[in-house]
Amino acid sequence: MYPRPFEYLAPGSIDEAVRELSNSDYGKVLAGGMSLIPMMKLRLLSPELVVDIGRIPGLDEIVEVAGATSIGALVRHAATADSPHLPAALRTAAAWTGDVQVRNRGTTCGAVAHADMAADQTAAVLALDGVMIVSGPRGTRSVAAADFFVDVLTSALEPQEVLTSIEIPSRGGASAYRKLGRRGGHSDYAIAGAAVWVDKADGHIVSARVALTGVGLRAELARAAAQALVGTDGSNAAIAAAARRVGDDVPMIEDLFGSVEYKAHLAEAMTRRAMQAAVAAA
Amino acid sequence: MFVSMTINGSVVSADVEPRTLLVHFIREQAGLTGTQIGCDTSSCGACTVLWDGVTAKSCTALAVQADGTTITTIEGLAVDGALHPVQEGFWERHGLQCGYCTPGMIMSAVGLLDGNPDPDESEIRHAIDGNLCRCTGYHNIVRAVQYASARMRGVPPEAPDWER
Repeated sequence: MYPRPFEYLAPGSIDEAVRELSNSDYGKVLAGGMSLIPMMKLRLLSPELVVDIGRIPGLDEIVEVAGATSIGALVRHAATADSPHLPAALRTAAAWTGDVQVRNRGTTCGAVAHADMAADQTAAVLALDGVMIVSGPRGTRSVAAADFFVDVLTSALEPQEVLTSIEIPSRGGASAYRKLGRRGGHSDYAIAGAAVWVDKADGHIVSARVALTGVGLRAELARAAAQALVGTDGSNAAIAAAARRVGDDVPMIEDLFGSVEYKAHLAEAMTRRAMQAAVAAA
Repeated sequence: MFVSMTINGSVVSADVEPRTLLVHFIREQAGLTGTQIGCDTSSCGACTVLWDGVTAKSCTALAVQADGTTITTIEGLAVDGALHPVQEGFWERHGLQCGYCTPGMIMSAVGLLDGNPDPDESEIRHAIDGNLCRCTGYHNIVRAVQYASARMRGVPPEAPDWER
């Protein structure tokens, strides 16, 4: 199974990559290739130009920047999963992405830019209030995770833009990710996944963010559930009550993997478990 | 495009289209057909090779991405006709039936044992999550990896449960 023919370029810098993308009517960015290459082989995508950013130096690092940890565009899932500098929700989501071989090649930035409705790390980045650093023909811009996921397989990235890094703010607190995968356990894409971040002071939850994946068309913040947790003592009863609100403002869809009722049930269960784990660690 | 990589210690170079997949380069340019093409959608793992020392699915990579890198395939494991301990484990513990998944399964096991020389059963099962076998039900594959782990650590492998 071959992709259709395309022109291949491996630029040495992000600026050069953006320039090449700007000169093409239909260019795609190749990093790890774990989403792009299968889509090209299945001919769901047939770009004229593939810009391989895999040889650009300096993009494969997780580094501390002002008030945040920055994940470069070539940081593989395996490296994200193993990084002691990143919050638990994102590390867990990376560890449960794909399989061993996919985690050795695929990148965190690539999975987020691909914006699959059932990806793991999208929800984690959303719950952790990540910031996308995007390079394009008009320079560099930042996009909040809450504004990044637009629709099925659609992010706020313009065709000529490259997601060069994701910055995860260093805010303290604690986080967790829980999911049920399509092949059971943590295996495969999420039928439902929940990422939770909480901050605690004087025995009370002072701030919380909850994000779901797999249940709708895109990763989505569950604001009502997060709000319901704030101000409580984080007891199991408070968590159960907050998790019940998870469907209030998150649209869910029926698909091959479950009915709306099933997904709502799973979303509540995964939110409850992620809240329990995050609160326990806070 | 001119592409050159080291496969099992030999440099293999060829002028190929950008859309040439790594698995096709290995099978057709290097002539090494041990690496299988299975599902062709990065689900089954039959095409697994070591790419700069870590496992990767060669059906989901372009040959040009591997330009200048080092690949090890199933043919690169045995030394002077002596099977690699993982190959020996699959032989001794009946880790295969039809054998189609076996090259990829063995490469994944080699990748696992490289980073975790003494995995427990759960770790072995998670490590082969990206490799599908439709014959064995996986039990003997797990036993084969346990055998290899013992051999590579210099410990006598436990007798298989059907001989205990």
